Amino acid sequence: MLEADNLECVRGDRTLFSNLSFALNSGELLRVAGTNGSGKTSLLRILCGLLSPEHGEVRWRGGKIHSLREEYWREIVYLGHSNAVKDELTAAENLVVACTLAGLKVGRDQAMAALHCFGLADCAELPAKVLSQGQRRRVSLARLILSEELPLWILDEPFTSLDAAAVDYMQTLIAEHVARGAAIVLTTHQEAQIASVAMITIDLNSRMI
Amino acid sequence: MLTALRCVIVRDLLLAMRRRADVLTALLFFVIVVSLFPLSLGPEPNLLRTIAPGVIWVAALLSSMLSLSRMFSEDHADGTLEQMLLSSSPLGVIVVGKVVAHWLVAGLPLVLISPILALQFDLHQSLLWVLSLSLLVGTPVLSLIGAIGAALTLGLRGGGILLSLLVLPLYVPVLIIGAGTIDVASAGLSAQGHFMILSAFLVVAAVFAPLAVAAALRISAE
Repeated sequence: MLEADNLECVRGDRTLFSNLSFALNSGELLRVAGTNGSGKTSLLRILCGLLSPEHGEVRWRGGKIHSLREEYWREIVYLGHSNAVKDELTAAENLVVACTLAGLKVGRDQAMAALHCFGLADCAELPAKVLSQGQRRRVSLARLILSEELPLWILDEPFTSLDAAAVDYMQTLIAEHVARGAAIVLTTHQEAQIASVAMITIDLNSRMI
Repeated sequence: MLTALRCVIVRDLLLAMRRRADVLTALLFFVIVVSLFPLSLGPEPNLLRTIAPGVIWVAALLSSMLSLSRMFSEDHADGTLEQMLLSSSPLGVIVVGKVVAHWLVAGLPLVLISPILALQFDLHQSLLWVLSLSLLVGTPVLSLIGAIGAALTLGLRGGGILLSLLVLPLYVPVLIIGAGTIDVASAGLSAQGHFMILSAFLVVAAVFAPLAVAAALRISAE
């Protein structure tokens, strides 16, 4: 479904990785590993089309993502390092805006239900600036509950600043999504957290696949 | 597509409403700058009448610049911009939404308050609506051109000053025609020609600026 062909990423003068190729099929989970600064986030940004690789290309169902553009973006969710949560908007408003921009039709009730699943029912109406770091992360992750039918999730460190219960819940979400036949690419430092799902690991330091 | 457009406009207006201080600062800046001239030049009606169009237009220009640097920088900082770049709607449409919201917040109030400020310059009543109308057509052009500058200087250190240097020269044609509209009308001639040119600026900017902004945003995001 998703193919990376001979990718090379250069930031500044430094080559982060080169000749990186892999293919990801439906029902698979790809974990990108590596030390800080090894290019995990850059790889994820290349995969979703935010960053152009120095060489190589990324293909989605056979078509280059740079020509597919909106057609590709309609089918993916990318959750980056920053939560993309606006301080002045309430948690529910943030979620509705994020989903609408992504092209999903999400009503207020669905947004509230998704926030409820992440244990945010009490803070749904609060402006995001009073929420804690972990709660903001949950607001941005709540989008995944509403994106169940999208075939590719690209998640950059989804477990950061989450408490144990939320980590458990995220694991279930990820396992369910893979079982549904979708593909997931994620970075995480904690290998054990997604141990329940069969996964492929790419280590950007040792280049083991 | 229209849902995304509406969503962006509503979101930005909501943000502006919850941060009223920013909006009021730009408006107060406009009021104060315009009022400084009659105070400093003294009550000489002929002089004031002559300088009124220029002063009000320059103040409108500067005031709409104040909020430009925030147009994309906050979205860039909190990651919302990335999500906009990955939206299922074309980026140009989202940019149009942001520009419309910027104009409603930073341009429209200037248009509405300008006739009252023009009274300080003893501008003839028949010229007040010419002034407002010229601002009504001209300020959206300012927002559109400014958006290009804001997108190009996104993420740069000292971007605010660079933004002014980049955008102000591009504002000059709009300023000349916009202020000229009132001059022509005050000389008793028809201002239709000037309005036509101003509208032509608006049409050209509305078509090309969103594409330029979208391209600049993609580059800045890398």
